[in-house]
Amino acid sequence: MSTKELDFGEHAARGEWWLRYAAPQAFFPLAGRLIPYFVVLAVVFAACGLYLGFFVAPTDFQQGEAYRIIFLHVPAAWMSMFLYVVMALWGALGFVLNTRLSGMMASAIAPTGALFTFIALWTGALWGKPTWGTWWVWDARLTSELILLFLYVGFIALKASIDDPRRADRAGAVLALVGVVNVPIIYFSVQWWNTLHQGASVSLTRSPSMATTMLWGMLLMALAAWMYAIAVCLARVRLIIREREREMAWMRELGGGE
Amino acid sequence: MLQAESLACERGGRLLFKSLEFTLAPGTLLRVLGPNGAGKTSLLRILCGLARPVAGRVLWSGEDAHALGEEYGRRLLYLGHLSAIKEDLTPRENLRFAQRLVGLEAPRAALDEALARLGLAGREDVPARYLSQGQKRRAALARLALSRALPLWILDEPLAALDVHAIDTVLALIGTHLADGGMAVLTSHQEIELASASILRLVLAG
Amino acid sequence: MLASLAGIIERDLRLAFRRKGDVAQVLVFFVIVASLFPLGTGAEPNQLRAMGPGVVWVAALLAALLSLNRLFAADYADGSLEQMLIAAHPLAVTVAGKTIAHWLTTGLPLTLLAPLLGVQYDLPGAALGALVASLALGTPVLSLIGAVGAALTLGTRGAAVLLALLVLPLYVPVLVFGAGAVGAALAGLPHGAHLSLLGAFLVFSTVFAPWATCAALRIALD
Repeated sequence: MSTKELDFGEHAARGEWWLRYAAPQAFFPLAGRLIPYFVVLAVVFAACGLYLGFFVAPTDFQQGEAYRIIFLHVPAAWMSMFLYVVMALWGALGFVLNTRLSGMMASAIAPTGALFTFIALWTGALWGKPTWGTWWVWDARLTSELILLFLYVGFIALKASIDDPRRADRAGAVLALVGVVNVPIIYFSVQWWNTLHQGASVSLTRSPSMATTMLWGMLLMALAAWMYAIAVCLARVRLIIREREREMAWMRELGGGE
Repeated sequence: MLQAESLACERGGRLLFKSLEFTLAPGTLLRVLGPNGAGKTSLLRILCGLARPVAGRVLWSGEDAHALGEEYGRRLLYLGHLSAIKEDLTPRENLRFAQRLVGLEAPRAALDEALARLGLAGREDVPARYLSQGQKRRAALARLALSRALPLWILDEPLAALDVHAIDTVLALIGTHLADGGMAVLTSHQEIELASASILRLVLAG
Repeated sequence: MLASLAGIIERDLRLAFRRKGDVAQVLVFFVIVASLFPLGTGAEPNQLRAMGPGVVWVAALLAALLSLNRLFAADYADGSLEQMLIAAHPLAVTVAGKTIAHWLTTGLPLTLLAPLLGVQYDLPGAALGALVASLALGTPVLSLIGAVGAALTLGTRGAAVLLALLVLPLYVPVLVFGAGAVGAALAGLPHGAHLSLLGAFLVFSTVFAPWATCAALRIALD
């Protein structure tokens, strides 16, 4: 049985620079240097996005001011789905290349993904009350989002219940891959099931009449969510590295981190 | 021929061994020694392909055992720390299903003979849950009497929980296997004396 | 290869036969869950008919879930699973055999028992036919996807609850189209499309689920 435990030092020496940062000890300081930039970008994008969304964008003729929650809701929903795919990709990468960092990245992304899913659900409920007159409707997108939250919780729970971190990473990767294959099927079936679908009436994102400022606001907020997600995941992966590799010599040299 | 190539094993963040090398020729026994927690069972599980080493590989006749897959499984008898005895099945059924997994189909008479060899005559039809620990272990070890076709035996503590008589039987079976040109890797806390067999000792320091 | 498959199925069926109680318990659970709903909601016939497809399907889902720990946990605990991983045939054959045996001892009896519960819910003949057909196509998918979850949760803390958490969201499509087929039949609409989709899920999960199960088993025993 051979295992593909890649020696990243060697790869780096041969000039494959991109692999160098796949080793946690190389990634740890890099992540630390990058975090402030992403934080600043997140704040700037969020400020611009919120300004556009709340002060510049016109009032909707149907929904009044209530619609402005889409500047949070829509980017959160985008991120929730996108992060699940990214998480599965990291898992797959770790599964194929047997790199330690990949599983840690997947672990770091999961709580942020779950948070965005939760925000999407919460803001959806807040939006639903003035629009539909009820906090919760079994709308196709909200229901899919709820099931996505279950998938995130399952992933986090599985990883938490396996003691050996490398085993947890590999099991998590299999689950994330199974999940990512199933997400479109679940989405499709829920959409189909939802015969009393009311989404169309409030689907501002699809209506051609949507003001360009609204679109810009949403895009800026999506970028802010992106930058926030990257910053938080990098910070979290640093914690995970610190926890898992505390026995390793390079960590002790750093004196247990900075 | 079984070869270990710079094997390393890590459990729970601790490196149990590294750069472990050996070559096992036909007719030889490898006895793995070491204190509790030194990685004896981990090494055996790596050798039979259940666990993955963090570095190195296992070669069977010069080919990567991992790549051989079930081809390797067809050469291998592994008796683990757990006996793999189903409580709801009789010793005869247990033996039959176990042999089937390695691709060997034994007639009923041969199954009963193997069980008798391990002192389970008359117990072939009793559900295993009514057997004692030692008897269950012997039911698992009855595979040795049917596995002459499998060149590599990997046995984790085969002598534990056995009485003197059963120990003699198991050692005799291993002796015959080696004399026939078979190979065996085992862990044991007891001294092992086998006439006319070459025994390698591998000590894991822990 | 076929002989190995038959061997695994025979072994698991024999084990299930020695533990008839375990198989029966799952079926009794199915009946009890489905029988509780009218007590909670009232037994107005129109309401029962409207609820029936969903309730029977959800009960079948839960019953299948309950039986999943039988699939690998015992073999994991006594070391049999180790032997299966290093067998002379591919692990996928073992997984296929065990999944088929699981379906024969859970999905199949659930399917055969379902019309009885359908009658409790006052479902007409056409809907009963759709119920049996949808369960016949859907329960194998439950076994296939459930096997992935059962393998992933081997040796974990709180495996039973975790298994439910992992597997139930993945059962959603089967539930939607399974109950949907019965609902359509109840409304006098054609339900062939539902059954075709369930068939497609079955084909899809037959191809992909065993792969994930094998990977999960190797991870659990590494």
